[in-house]
Order: sequence, then C-alpha cells, then structure tokens
Amino acid sequence: MSGGPGRALVLALPAAWMLLFFAAPFAIVLSIGFAEPAEGIPPFTPPWRVGEDGAIALRPNLANFALLLEDPFYAEAALRSLRVAAISATLCLLIGYPMALAIARAPEGWRNTLLMLVVLPFWTSFLLRVTAWIGLLQDQGWINGALLGVGLIEAPLTLLYTDLAMYLGITYCYLPFMVLPLYAALSKLDPALLDAASDLGARPWRAFLHVTLPLSLPGVVAGFLLVFIPAVGEFVIPELLGGPGAQLIGRVLWTEFFQNRDWPLASALAVVLLLVLVVPIAAFQSRAARDAPR
Amino acid sequence: MMRRLLLALAALALTLPAGAARAQGGTVNVFNWNDYIDPYMVQRFVRESGIRVRYDVFDSLETLEGRLSAGRTGYDIVVPTSEPTFSRLVRAGAFRPLDRALIPNWGNLDPALMQQLEASDPGNRHGALYLWGTIGLGVNEARIRALAPDAPMDSLALLMDPRHANRIARCGITMMDSAIDVIPTVLRYLGRDPNSTSAEDLREVERALLAIRPHIRNFSTGGAIEQLATGQSCLAFGYSGDMIQAGVRAAEADRGVAVRYVAPREGAQLWFDVLAIPADAPNPEAAHAFINFLLQPDVMAAITAQVRYPNGVPASRPLVPAEVANDPAVFPTEALRARFFTIGPVPQAAERARNRVWARFKAGR
Repeated sequence: MSGGPGRALVLALPAAWMLLFFAAPFAIVLSIGFAEPAEGIPPFTPPWRVGEDGAIALRPNLANFALLLEDPFYAEAALRSLRVAAISATLCLLIGYPMALAIARAPEGWRNTLLMLVVLPFWTSFLLRVTAWIGLLQDQGWINGALLGVGLIEAPLTLLYTDLAMYLGITYCYLPFMVLPLYAALSKLDPALLDAASDLGARPWRAFLHVTLPLSLPGVVAGFLLVFIPAVGEFVIPELLGGPGAQLIGRVLWTEFFQNRDWPLASALAVVLLLVLVVPIAAFQSRAARDAPR
Repeated sequence: MMRRLLLALAALALTLPAGAARAQGGTVNVFNWNDYIDPYMVQRFVRESGIRVRYDVFDSLETLEGRLSAGRTGYDIVVPTSEPTFSRLVRAGAFRPLDRALIPNWGNLDPALMQQLEASDPGNRHGALYLWGTIGLGVNEARIRALAPDAPMDSLALLMDPRHANRIARCGITMMDSAIDVIPTVLRYLGRDPNSTSAEDLREVERALLAIRPHIRNFSTGGAIEQLATGQSCLAFGYSGDMIQAGVRAAEADRGVAVRYVAPREGAQLWFDVLAIPADAPNPEAAHAFINFLLQPDVMAAITAQVRYPNGVPASRPLVPAEVANDPAVFPTEALRARFFTIGPVPQAAERARNRVWARFKAGR
C-alpha cells in the first residue's frame, strides 16, 4: 500500500501549497525587510544590485532589524499584544469550556443544533458584528439605555473605546474557535470513564478534575492557540472598540507601513513577529507530538 | 456619511448606460474622499459623456498613498492632498502628466491658487485643483460660553490652553486622529515653524498636547461631524468643510444644537486637494474627460454647495447659493487668508518621530 507515484502526489500537494502560500510570500516579505526605504514605486530599493556583467550582488540593509532591537517601543508593543492575546484566550477558555461541555453532554438530537448556533455568527460579516457592538456599547447605546431605563445608573457608563470593550469584542469574535476544538475533544470522551469514577466514589467535580479535564487538554491547547495566535496581531477590533491607549503590535505595523511609509521596517517587524510566535509554538507542538503516546 | 454614499451609488446604478455608450467611452475609475462630490454631478457626467463611472472612496491619505505606492491601482482619477502626499507622489513618478489639450476647461482654474500649488507640483504638470480648505475648530458656541465665558472663540487657545480645555471638556472635545494634520498647527500655536523637525520643538509639542490630553473625549476624523451635530461634543478640531457640514446637519435636526467653523486667528493650515491621474491608469482619456467635466463653473458650484468646501474655479462663485457663497467659513475673507499657512513634506525619520509623539499623546503618557 505504500510508495509509488500516488504517495508522492499526496505529499507534493501540501508541499506545493506551503511553498506557494507560505514560503514564497515569506521570502518576499523577508527580502523587503532587508531593503532600504526610498521615494518611488514601490517605496524601497531592493537589497541587491545587478552589476554590469549581470552578476547579482547582495546589499542587505540591517538597519531595520537593528532599529527593532534598539528601540524599546517595538518590544513593548509586542509584549502588550501578547498580554492582550493571553487574556482574551483565557476569557474564551473560561466561557467556551462550559459551553463545549454542555453541548457534548446534551442529548444526541440537540448537539447539531447547538453547534450550528455556535457557528451561526460567521454567516454575518465580521466587520458588521464588531460595528454592532459600537451600537450596543456607546453612550446612547442599548446597554446604557437599559441601565438608565431601570434606574441602575444616573449617567451613561463609558463602555465604548475602553479596554473592556476591546476584550469583549475579541472574546466574542474568537469564541467559536475555542468552542469547536473543545467540543471535538470532549465529545470523544468515553462516558464509561465517568461512570467508573463515580463507582469508585469520586464526586462530580473530582471526576471532572481528574478525568474530564486531563483528557480534554489537547482540545484546550488547540483552542487556546487558535484564539491566541490571531489575537496577537488583531488590528480591527482594538481600532473599532478599544481606547486610544498604548498601541498594539498590529497598529504599530500599520503605522510603519502607511503613516511612516517605511515598508522595509514594517516587513522586518512582520518577520520578527512571525518568528516570535511560530518558533516557540512549533517547538511546543513537536514536543507534544513526541510525548504523545502512540 | 454612509447614507450619502449609498445615495451616490444608487444614482450611479440608475444611470449606467447600455452597450452603445460602453463602446464610446468605457469606464472611468474614480478614487475620491468620502462625502466629497455631488452625486448628481457624477450622474450628469455619465449622461453627457457616455462614460461609465466606477466610484470608490477613501477616508485617509494613508490609504490612498499606500495603494498608489504599491502601483497598479486600476484607478483613473485620484484626489490626493497637495502636501505632503501629492508632492511626494509627484516626485516618485506616480502620476501621468496631464494633457491640457484634452482639458479645454483648464483656463477656468484660479491662476493664483494654481501658482500656490506649484510648490508641490512644479509647472502644474500633474494635477488640477479640485477643492481646498483649512484645518480649524468646530465650535458649539452656546455650550462653550456657558462653561467658559472668558474663552476666546476665535483662538486655538480654546483647545490648546488647559485652563479653557479643562472647563470645555465637560461638554466634550473631539480631536481629529492624524499626526500630519494636527502637529503643524500645534507648532504654529507655539510660535514655531510648522515644518520644524527639531527634537526640541517636537518635545514642546508633546508637552502641550499631553497637557490637554485629559480633557479630550475622543479621537476621530470622520466621526467629528456626527458628534458635533448631535451635541455629543461641543468642540472639535478638524477639516473646515466637515465642521461646516456638522453645522448644516445640526440645523437640519433642529434640536437646539448650533455649530460653526472657526479658522483660528493664530493661522490655519491651508490644504489643496488635487485631481490627478495615476501613471498606469487604464483609461486616461476618460480621466481627462472627467477632469474637464468637473472644471465647469456650474458643476463646481453644485459640488461646493453640497460639500461646503471652496473650489478652484472662481467663475463658479456666483452660481453657488448665496447662503454658502456668503459664508466666510466656506469662502474666507482676504484678511483671514493672509494668516493661512501651508506645509511641506518632512523626512521619514522626522515623520516617525511625529507619529511617536502622536501615539504617546493618544495613550496619554
């Protein structure tokens, strides 16, 4: 069953995919990272010169990467983004775990409907859903209107353009990415294990801590990464809902690219960000794969 | 904003001519600021020329410059601001030189203004003046008077003096979110050169901005119109026409909110928006036809009446409705114009330093 042209084809397809949609764009961004900004179209000079004899001489400009390391502004923005992403992923986990557990334990006939409800928001544009939160959170919005109406508050609360609104938006938008892998892990759990735990005298919470939770850990890790990684670079939600506070790395990238028109520096920043995120996660994954009992 | 955009799109959809016209003139792809044309004039162009219009909008120079810098935008007409964007893109070779033989209405342009524009585009080879304006204050005078009776209504001190800003903050201050548009005015207020790149001057700017930061309710360029008009803010810093549009909408809503535009007496930054054709425009003939159409006095009059920005065609002035034509906020007096100032481009390192100051200002530390 192994070997032959079929196997080569099956392997070549994902390899070609990675080459076309990851390696090639990454190489382009990396080369711009070593370029020098200039007035022109595009606004940089490439990091190589073609000599009269047609020979290509590399002239990498290291100043972009040097500035990223020298100026604490970039590291601070990256750390802030990592923190925001970690908090958002944790919030998603705290809300998503009970949801996934409830769906997994729901009667058979209900599960598909409940899963459908989790995925349903994707049928509306992401931008529209974030903008809808502006309507809910603003001073004259529904939330303030309701609170004022029942007399709980005297003046409208400042909800929009705060960190609270930003976390709310990120958690709301990324929640399905947490619930789905958690559900996949939890639904595979053999209910007989819980019966056994109960027979051996474990209270429900103890059975949860010692049986359900450890067995669902792969789902927790998958969900956490699926939320954490895109949240680090999240640009739209902090822009629309967040306050004018300290900039996250997505905004810093935008500023370098559009306001300072420094494509080389923006590219260098994107490369560094990718390495910071991908290298530890790849290391973690390969360790997990090695440790996993086969 | 969105409402009018949709109206414009609906107007365009209704007038798209059938096959015969397509063969005649093709399509012109326009990339303009939001709320920056009279949609019925676009409709008229389609009807008269047989050229279809694909109309797209941007709300910041960064968006426009980012696209043009990448090349191959597919647009035939873009509307950059003279400084720093237009002049930088002219030097980068982003525009096709205009063929004046295809623009018989070129002679309608104000020679004095076109001469000022030569600072950005030597010989006026790449751009025709479209609309212009200043950057200043939108004020809800009644509410500001109630909180700060002694505050000078015609001065930047209204915003930049913490003593006044502190009291006005209670009815809301909105700041446009743009380092390039605000920092030159602050430099001017501090008595420095608006084009200064000195670190010392920039530190002064940062100190002055941080001093008023606690009093600013929000940062928004496009949103200021709505906030002023609905009374959520009583003071805003932004583009002249936007502030005037806020006043028009407040009057329409008739809820006791009155807003007017003030070009500060310390001097207001003057800017010009320019009609230009990207170097790789797919349909330059149609683009020239569109520019020529816009430079007619009656077309420009209709556009100014709609968006409340003065234009580059003096013969349009008598055709503008009197209430707009006689509004000194739209058409500033000579005395006021004498105090306007223009800016030039600053080097990339200085621009980064300015954007850093802006980021720290917004963060409030």
